[in-house]
Amino acid sequence: MWQQGEGPAVVVEQVRGAMRLATLDADALALGLTPGMTLADARAREPDLRVFDADPHADQDWLERLCDGSARYTPMAALDPPFGLMLDISGCAHLWGGEEAMARDAADRLERHGIRVRHALAGTAEGAHALCRFPVGAAADEEAALRRLPIEALRLEEESAVALRRAGLRTVGDLAARPASVLAARFGEEAVDALNLLLGQGRRPMAPRRARPKIRVERRFAEPMGSTAFALKTLEEMAAEAGERLEERGQGGRRFEAVFFRSDGLAFPLRVETSLPVRDAPAIMRLVQERIDALSDPLDPGFGFDMLRLSVPRAETMAPTQLVLEGGEARARESVAALVDRLSIRAGRARVQRLEPQDSHIPEQAQLALPAMESRPPVSWPRMQQAGDPPLRPIHLFDPPQPIEVIAQVPDGPPHRFRWRRASHEVTRYEGPERIAGEWWKAPDGDVAGEQAGLTRDYYRVEDARGRRFWIFRHGLYGGQAKHPGWYIHGLFA
Amino acid sequence: MTESFKTLAALRQHIASLEGVPAPETHVRMATGHAAFDDMLDGGLARGRTHELFGAVEEEGAAAGLALIWARLIAGDAPLLWLRTTGANRIGGLAYGPGLAALGVDPGRVLLGVMADDAMLLKAAVDALRCAALGALVVELHGRAPLLDLTASRRLALAAEASGVTALMLRLGGDPVPSAAETRWQVAAAPSVPLPGNGPGMSAFDLRLLRRRSGPDGMRWRLIWDNMRGQFDEDSGVRRDERHDHGQGGGAGGAGASLSGAVVSFPADRPAAGRAA
Repeated sequence: MWQQGEGPAVVVEQVRGAMRLATLDADALALGLTPGMTLADARAREPDLRVFDADPHADQDWLERLCDGSARYTPMAALDPPFGLMLDISGCAHLWGGEEAMARDAADRLERHGIRVRHALAGTAEGAHALCRFPVGAAADEEAALRRLPIEALRLEEESAVALRRAGLRTVGDLAARPASVLAARFGEEAVDALNLLLGQGRRPMAPRRARPKIRVERRFAEPMGSTAFALKTLEEMAAEAGERLEERGQGGRRFEAVFFRSDGLAFPLRVETSLPVRDAPAIMRLVQERIDALSDPLDPGFGFDMLRLSVPRAETMAPTQLVLEGGEARARESVAALVDRLSIRAGRARVQRLEPQDSHIPEQAQLALPAMESRPPVSWPRMQQAGDPPLRPIHLFDPPQPIEVIAQVPDGPPHRFRWRRASHEVTRYEGPERIAGEWWKAPDGDVAGEQAGLTRDYYRVEDARGRRFWIFRHGLYGGQAKHPGWYIHGLFA
Repeated sequence: MTESFKTLAALRQHIASLEGVPAPETHVRMATGHAAFDDMLDGGLARGRTHELFGAVEEEGAAAGLALIWARLIAGDAPLLWLRTTGANRIGGLAYGPGLAALGVDPGRVLLGVMADDAMLLKAAVDALRCAALGALVVELHGRAPLLDLTASRRLALAAEASGVTALMLRLGGDPVPSAAETRWQVAAAPSVPLPGNGPGMSAFDLRLLRRRSGPDGMRWRLIWDNMRGQFDEDSGVRRDERHDHGQGGGAGGAGASLSGAVVSFPADRPAAGRAA
């Protein structure tokens, strides 16, 4: 293993039939060796050279481990291969007492493992990448520092970089001073893009490394297993094992992913989700079974399954369950949650809903139907009427409202008779209008009277001769907003 | 007639005690607050049973409203599940939270299941009825609903009995078919008691008991729901000075011919001809 101070060391890889130096340590660099040199030449200069074979996979693994470890600083940690890590520390630095303190902490931590670290902080990922690899010394601000970077920092192709140097353009600043069109014509669009990204005029999304699921249980079969029933039996054992591991951590799974690997290379993934954390194997298996029943293609073992994998990508804290002696409140809640899970998995997440109030006076925007699986704290609904008032809002709402033909005595008066779905309704009682104006403050350009602001609606609660109660409205103010305002039925009262 | 049914019930209970089978409990009933109504039903709607509510037309708000109110009364603080289909959303409109809140049915404790078709709906209903923690279940079916045959309704009734969860089958625009339901109701909107200024008042319902497993049927009621106090009112403004006899009810249709013992109350301002039509 490499240790610092034991003489120059190099890592070699085979390039076009010759062993060449890939990376070197500081001592080797001090001897004047450079990457790309053949190993024979290097040995000729320094017979005591310590040589290691390149192992890109091991490098990658190590980098990934470092990246996962960086989750202590920010959840947005990405690989920057071959040797770098990119951390988006927006909003995280203050937890470590500032950016510099955070960077020092990271560097100290890594140096304890014998890793030499260089770091840079910048407003963009590209800027940080370049500043880290091409030190420019002290500069007035980030912009100035970036402009002093050599053009190699743009990560262009070799020919382009050489051509730019030949043209006398040595720094990023030189390049930025030229018109973009000329650059694009001579060196291609990517040169302009790279320049924009570096100077923060463009933006490229970062791909943070996804944390590996914490809990993962696998079973490999010596012989492919042709029976789905047996596979499910095995899966249940695996679920029990995962449940035990969850219990050790005081957690329950919210999402489970079972993958059935077939011996011919196909894999069937099954995902189940729960609204409350679960670690009970029979409960998990019931959901898996529901999922299997809901599949359009049955789970086909083909020539047999040779591996099963169960992972828990999402786990949450779950207190150890205890029987509630009085009332049994906790158990009851759990059981309804189980019902919600079962129905959601069979029919689809969005089909089992919970209504949530929204702060809007536009009737159709006053509520939101959310999947009941998403557990949220219960909300209290405002009751808008006073004691003694009948319900002022219908129990059914038509979306969109349905057009009706209305006869009114005066154009801006209450409805007298209306026709809906081929039936005529004589209005015997009405109350209104309740005038609801459009949300003009949400219109794009403060367009108070325009079409985009929405027309004012005059709502009437009406009752017909048979006692049926409707919520109908006139769309637009007569004369002002609309010449012949249309009428719509918007809801049904109980 | 009512007395004979009570005697019969007592006898049944006695036999059950001899046989060592738990007697059908009489206290598991939901009182509505309407004294005459509750008396006639021996204390209210039976829990852990299925009840059918028929609405004449598919866009009947009253039947849905009554089903939800009953479900809320039965469920108490427990969540209730309202199963519908995507088609129902289109024909009858979406479930509207602010309106439920105004009716006195807390939308925060209503779970809504919008299923793709009737088959999925009935399967979900059986599953829901097996979950004892559920307060009540409302199953909304539109049209003839051929899938809800005697077998399916028997399955629902058994599940409801086993778990004690009450199921309210809301049938809109369908005709009654043989079923295993405990009671069957025809529900229609009734003209409300007007507010000052002739505005529509509190929700009023015309109910007819079409069928009942253990007791006389054919009675009619007019219930007025007081959304603030959370109970059905006997006389919130309704003048009950007029008691109609059999002749009035008999004119309404052949199905409800046996009106013995019926307690019928109509407001005085309502023309009798309106019912006969």
